[in-house]
Amino acid sequence: MISLALAYLRDRPLTTALNVLLLAIAVAMLVLLLQFGKQASERFDRDARNIDLVVGAKGSPLQLILSSIFHVDQPTGNIPLSAMTMLRRDPAVARAVPLALGDNFRSYRIVGTDESFYDLYGVAFAQGRAFDGPMQAVLGAKVAAETEAGLGQEFVGSHGFRTDEAGEQAHDHAPFATVGILAPTGGVVDRLILVSYESVWDVHGIAHELDHEHDGHDHLVDDRDHADEGTDPPALQSTGTGPEPELTALLVTYRNASGAIRVPALVNRQTEMQAAVPAIETARLLQLLGASIEGIRVFAWLLAATGGLAIFVALLNMARSREGDLALLRVMGASRVQVFATIIMEGLFTAALGAALGWLGAHVLIGAARANFATLADLGFQAWSPVAGEAALIAAVLAIGAIAALIPALRVYRIDPARVLARS
Amino acid sequence: MELAVGGIGLSYGGRRVLENVTFSLASGEHALLLGPSGSGKSSLLNIICGLQTPDTGDVTLGQRPVVRNGLLCGADGVRKRHMGIVFQTLRLVSALTVRRNLLLAQHLQTGARDPGGVDRVLDRLGIAHRAKARPFELSQGEAQRAAIARALVGNPAILIADEPTSALDRDNTKGVAELLAETAHDAGASLLIATHDDRLRDYFGRTLALAEGRLAG
Repeated sequence: MISLALAYLRDRPLTTALNVLLLAIAVAMLVLLLQFGKQASERFDRDARNIDLVVGAKGSPLQLILSSIFHVDQPTGNIPLSAMTMLRRDPAVARAVPLALGDNFRSYRIVGTDESFYDLYGVAFAQGRAFDGPMQAVLGAKVAAETEAGLGQEFVGSHGFRTDEAGEQAHDHAPFATVGILAPTGGVVDRLILVSYESVWDVHGIAHELDHEHDGHDHLVDDRDHADEGTDPPALQSTGTGPEPELTALLVTYRNASGAIRVPALVNRQTEMQAAVPAIETARLLQLLGASIEGIRVFAWLLAATGGLAIFVALLNMARSREGDLALLRVMGASRVQVFATIIMEGLFTAALGAALGWLGAHVLIGAARANFATLADLGFQAWSPVAGEAALIAAVLAIGAIAALIPALRVYRIDPARVLARS
Repeated sequence: MELAVGGIGLSYGGRRVLENVTFSLASGEHALLLGPSGSGKSSLLNIICGLQTPDTGDVTLGQRPVVRNGLLCGADGVRKRHMGIVFQTLRLVSALTVRRNLLLAQHLQTGARDPGGVDRVLDRLGIAHRAKARPFELSQGEAQRAAIARALVGNPAILIADEPTSALDRDNTKGVAELLAETAHDAGASLLIATHDDRLRDYFGRTLALAEGRLAG
């Protein structure tokens, strides 16, 4: 009877294909939503773990969070080095990790920081050691794997966060030497290159204490060292902060709960900087996306219901047009349950095919999007990382198929073979 | 296996359709149930096959009851295991090939799958070369043979055909009649054909004439 159910489906290929397509689109949309929600949420949680506050230049707090924790957006600007000293002296602050951003190597961000970064993310070394001097670099696991860099190898950073950015300029004069490679963390650290923040200043000749802005972002430069950067010299500006070097942001961990009350207020009211709380900003981001996501989710379920309705109509028509065939099966010895099951199986097979194609399509789509949209790759989206909700979703779609087949199957169950055959 | 039909009576809509129909068919015997349209042939065949309940009477195949005192009694099992039926409209399942039609029938009737047995029946009916064809790809003659093959694939004790030649010309009528007689004979099965086609008398030794619900003679 299974082969008969499959044969009936093959016998009306267009109807079957359309029903499968409807369900596949619905399932693909729902799987994408599940994947996006799960992976983004997990990623946010993992990367923001232990970070209670981000202190950076004034601007969008969400942008500050995205650029400093998830490394997917442009920084809001620079802050004075003295901010780190101030925060580290605060009794409510357990840790203030400096970040000096602005350069990349093959689109992997070079992060100027210090040894506190290792503690914050709890990283372990796969090879080599931590940087302990100027122009030494530690590569994240993914950076090392993708660039095939090994210990002792040298590389040159470039301005900006993408190697394909217009006007990209390489710091040929200041190569970094690889001294360590981190073990995989499954987080943002895997795609970062860690150096001392002093090295970032060295690359940009911070001795001149000048700040410039070019190719769409701010960072620290030195006019002397840009002599080799072609005919587009950066516009030089005084930082107005004297000789003090600058940082991009500080990742803060509180020592106790009082920090959450006092430190953000202190930063926001008494300095030119802003303090952004990752939990609040990511919640706000998810809330902003939430309405759209819910809309898409409702639409996808409506599509799935439409698919179920299409299966119902197709099977009801089939039950009518093949009443004679099914009556004959009864005469030949098929039980009521067997002909009932034939129709249910048709509904289930259609739903299963739609669910399988939709699931596969969604994961292939994530893979393709990941390959073509750098932000998704930067956020660490994985194409083949099934979540538990997908099994429930597929079960729900199978239930839709079975429910859609129920009335046609009951109609067939009640067939009186003699009456049907006599009528025909 | 002897078919025994005794005292079958049936009324429908206030009209007496069958009246005390009694006859028997010996094992391996061939007979024609001849009568005009509306004479009650199809109703009688349905009752014999256990698809319809009469008001009165008994039907047994061998020692197995199909109808007892006007009530269906084990009819499904007897029909499934011991009867092969060729319908007037043939009713091959259009979604399946000829061979798969036979495999399905064999599976439903015997619970077994014996592709070799299916191929032998197709070969015996001369349509082995059309085994992979779908019903709508067959000629009328090929479809008729396929339907007979399907009725025989479960090795029935009796082959029952309802108006097998209703749409055929003289040559094809002769061909189908001879084919049914030969294949039933080869299979060792009894044969009962219900028809209004008087031409078939020439091919069968025994005729049961049904008129207004009564057997003549």
